[in-house]
Formats: sequence, C-alpha cells, structure tokens
Amino acid sequence: MSESANQEDGVIRRDFLAYTALSMGVIGTGAALWPVIDSMNPARDVLALASVEIDISAIAVGQSITVKWRGKPVFVRHRTAEEITAAEKVNLADLPDPQTDSSRVEKPQWLVMVGICTHLGCVPVGQKSADAKGDYDGWFCPCHGSHYDTSGRIRKGPAPRNLEVPPYQFVNDTLIKVG
Amino acid sequence: MNASAHPAPEFKNPVVRWIDQRLPIFTMLHGEYVVFPMPKNLNYFWSFGGMAMVVLVIMVLTGVALAMQYTAHVDLAFDSVERMMRDVNYSWLLRYIHMNGASMFFIAVYIHIFRALFYGSYKNPRELVWIFGVVILVLMMATAFMGYVLPWGQMSYWGATVITNLFSAFPLIGEPIVKWLWGGFSVDNPTLNRFFALHYLLPFVIFAVVMLHVAAMHQAGSSNPTGVEVKSQEDTITFHPYMTVKDAFGLMVFLFVFAFFVFIAPNYMGHPDNYIPANSLSTPAHIVPEWYFLPFYAILRAVDFQFLWFVPAKLGGVLLMFGSLLVLAMLPWFDTSKVRSCRYRPIYRWCVILFVIDVIILGYVGGKPAEGAYVVISKLATLYYFAHFLVITPVVGWIEQPRKLPNSISESVLKGS
Repeated sequence: MSESANQEDGVIRRDFLAYTALSMGVIGTGAALWPVIDSMNPARDVLALASVEIDISAIAVGQSITVKWRGKPVFVRHRTAEEITAAEKVNLADLPDPQTDSSRVEKPQWLVMVGICTHLGCVPVGQKSADAKGDYDGWFCPCHGSHYDTSGRIRKGPAPRNLEVPPYQFVNDTLIKVG
Repeated sequence: MNASAHPAPEFKNPVVRWIDQRLPIFTMLHGEYVVFPMPKNLNYFWSFGGMAMVVLVIMVLTGVALAMQYTAHVDLAFDSVERMMRDVNYSWLLRYIHMNGASMFFIAVYIHIFRALFYGSYKNPRELVWIFGVVILVLMMATAFMGYVLPWGQMSYWGATVITNLFSAFPLIGEPIVKWLWGGFSVDNPTLNRFFALHYLLPFVIFAVVMLHVAAMHQAGSSNPTGVEVKSQEDTITFHPYMTVKDAFGLMVFLFVFAFFVFIAPNYMGHPDNYIPANSLSTPAHIVPEWYFLPFYAILRAVDFQFLWFVPAKLGGVLLMFGSLLVLAMLPWFDTSKVRSCRYRPIYRWCVILFVIDVIILGYVGGKPAEGAYVVISKLATLYYFAHFLVITPVVGWIEQPRKLPNSISESVLKGS
C-alpha cells in the first residue's frame, strides 16, 4: 500500500469514528431529552377523564344542551323533523367538507358534536333559541364568521372542516357515553 | 474598540483592585461604559435601547414580586390576581407597572427598531447585532403572550386557544403538537402551569441574548445618524459622562409617559373582557390580541384563501406570520445599498416611512373584525409588507443615486449637513 493511500485510509477511518461518535451522542442526547418533552403530553389522569355520560331524557325536541368533555363543549341537539330533512336533502357538491347527514349521527334526531369551530377553536353560538344561528340555521362562529348547518357542517366562512363528531355510543335510549 | 484598547486606571479602592486583578470586571466596565468612544452626533433615537433595558429590569423586579402572590391554577388564578389588586400591599401598583411595562417595552423596542431601519444600523458589520435583536423581539412576543394568559380572564383563555390552535395548521404533526402544547385536549390547568413556568424563564433568556446583542454591538461600536463610520478620536465622545447624562434625561421623559399610563390610564391598553373569569364554554364576540401583536395578527388573518394547491388558508396565514419576522431578520442581505443612513438616501427614506405607515395600517386592521373592506386592506398591506423587504429594498438599493456622504462625522457636524 502506498503512503498516500494509507493516509487516505486513515482519514476515512477517523471520519467514520467521528461521525459514529457524533451520531451516538445525538441519539443519546435525544433519548435523554425525550422524557422531558413527553412529560408535557396529556398525563394519565387527564386521559382517564376522557369520557363522560350524558342523560338526554330531559332534552325536548328543538332543544340543545352543552356538556363539558375533555375541557371542551359538546353540543347535544334534539333535532326537529324539519332540521333533519333540511340536513338530509343538501347536495353534497355544495359542501366544502362533503359528508352525508346520516354519517354524522347514530340516530337522526340526536346530533352530538364538539362545539369547537374548526378554524381557530372558538365556541360557535346557536345553542340557545335566542342565539344567532347563521345563514344555514345551525350554528355561527362570531370570531371569524363561519356558518354551520343543522348537521354542523361548514357552509360558509374560513373554517376548513365540519364540526367534529366525537366517538360516542347510546348506552340505552336516554343515556349516551361520549369518549 | 475592545476593552484592551482603553487600559483601566489604577483603581484606588483596594477591594476593587483586589477583585479586578482576579476578575477584571472593573476594567471591562471602565472600557465599555466609561471611556467607550461613542459617535458624537447621536440623536435621541439612540437612547431607546437603554430604555428597553431599564424596562426589562423593571419587568423582572415587579414580576418576581407578583409571582410570590400568584397561584397558577385554573380555579385560583383569577382570584389570586384580584386579591393582589385589593388586599396585597402595593400589589396593585406592581401589577399595573408590570401590565403597562409590557406595552412600554414594545414601544421602546419598536422605536429602537425604527431607528435601525432608518439609519441602516443593521448593515455590515452589524448584521449579527441585528439578528440578535430580532431574536429578542421573538422572545419578547412569546413572553408577553404567555404572561397575558396568566390572569385567566376571558381574553387570556381565548387568546391562548386561538394562538395555540395556529399550530394545528401544520399537516400531520399539527394535532399532536397542539395536544403537547396544551398537555390535554384543550387549554386547561397543565397549559396554565407551563405558561407560568415559561413566562418566568424566558425573561432570563432575553437577558442572555441582550448581553450578546450588546457585546456584538460593542465590537463595531454604535452606528450614527450619518452612517459614516468613526474615523478618528475627533469623531467621538466618551460614554461617560456624555451618553450617560443624555440617556438619563431620555429615560426620565420615557418614565414620565410610563407613569402616566400606570397612574392615570392603567387599563387603557388592555381589554375589559379580561376582567371576566375564563369560561371554556363561551367565546367573547370579538377576540383581539394586545396592541403590539396587531400587525402580525393582521398578517395571520390576511390569508383566507388556498395558497398554491398544497397550502390551506390556515397554514398560509401561519407561515406568512412567521415569515414576516424571518424577512425582518434577513434585512441586511436584502438591502443592496452601500450607504447606511437614509439621510443620504433620497428614495429609500420614503420607503422606510411608507413601511412604517404600512405596519400601522396592519395594526389598525388587525384590531378590526375580519370583514368587508378590512379584509381587502389587510391583504394589500400584507403584500406591501413583504414587497418592502423582497422587492423594494433590493431594487431601490440598485437604482438610487445617494447624496454625497460627508468625509467624517466631524465634517457633517461642523457643516451642519
């Protein structure tokens, strides 16, 4: 082996060792930092409180209630027949975020969704009968002017998506479990 | 212009001498703050950096005292602040100083930035001074935002909700990041706790970056209104007593304004809604950030359309808002002119003034609801903001015929040009 080839060989070996040491250092530091970063994620008690049961027996037709779930408002609305018809006959092509009404409910008369505007997280108004309900008779977000229809779908304004439907199930006819 | 260029005198005090031989801190202070040569033509715009520094000290002192009375818990925070206002000795004063101090800090810093823009202080060899300055601005914004959340009023809560939700705009990683920031599924107790911890930490980080900012500035020395570098000792005066006296006078006037707000109009720059306790089930009709964020808030809201084909409106707004600070940091490389001061730049001086007007317009529309003419104005003003950095600044630098520069600072002072 010539002297220059030997030198080159040495340089490569050294580089390899330096890069290996450096990457191990980076991986090790990252691993050591991870507990600090992960400690900021939702804690176990926060996750444990992540479901709530709602008694719906007292909600009359046309009424809504707001329940707190995971620190957020959940809207439960007992829809009228007209609202259901209005929501069902919408042409999907008119929707910014196309979803059929039937895919957003378990039972057509009960609409359950997270009352958080999908734009920047404000709470839309429309729960009380005296509230502004927007151009589509559902909900209206006063922060930046998003209009939602009677199925909670975005129709007009800056919000990108429909109001989120949380995972829920009917425990029996008058009790639903959200989360 | 480093300390070794100005040998310290033999210190008379034996304790000072003993310390200085082991840690030459007095030699350093003597070199940097007593005999340090300052250009002799500085105007009062050069006093605002020192004022900002004094406000930072005031903020830390009042903040530590307030932290001793504050409870970082969603059920107790609002009441603990009201208790300060009613029951704790002088806490009303400390809180009003701290609240208005945030605004005064931004006033001083925005004027300080304007001075750098107008007189070209950011140019070679002071680019790093400038970048540290923008870093300080970003840290100040983060600190002020988190501090505003602590009283846990309606604006605190909903401001925190809207701003943290910005991060959900990033595809894929957005949602996990927001949950991580919150430590839950919404802005809640874990969020309040970490904001308090960070609000206490960040001012000390700001201190550290201010040290770098000042150290880097002392390497090249202060810029001056002519933009012509110091050429001889004739062009300079010593920092003490000339600048110390002048800065002290400027500071007094500044503190008069500060005191006016603290004692006469303590809530003028705040929002009444923040005296309503936070309610996660009801959003105030009109959410507005503090005045010093309004131009950036306007840029954020200006994008209400799909940007190209892969950037949705929400993400576009977030990217532009961060981009507005990035182009500010990169200004030394956008400016193609060799001449520093706008005194000798007949076209660019108007561009800087138009830029200031543009930022004021952005601030105005940022405080208005996003509807009607305000939407159009905010889009045009945002476009102009970026055009100023990316187009106007480099192009004017190429085509402009600057006025004749004086040969030295002394010549400009004596001829009165």
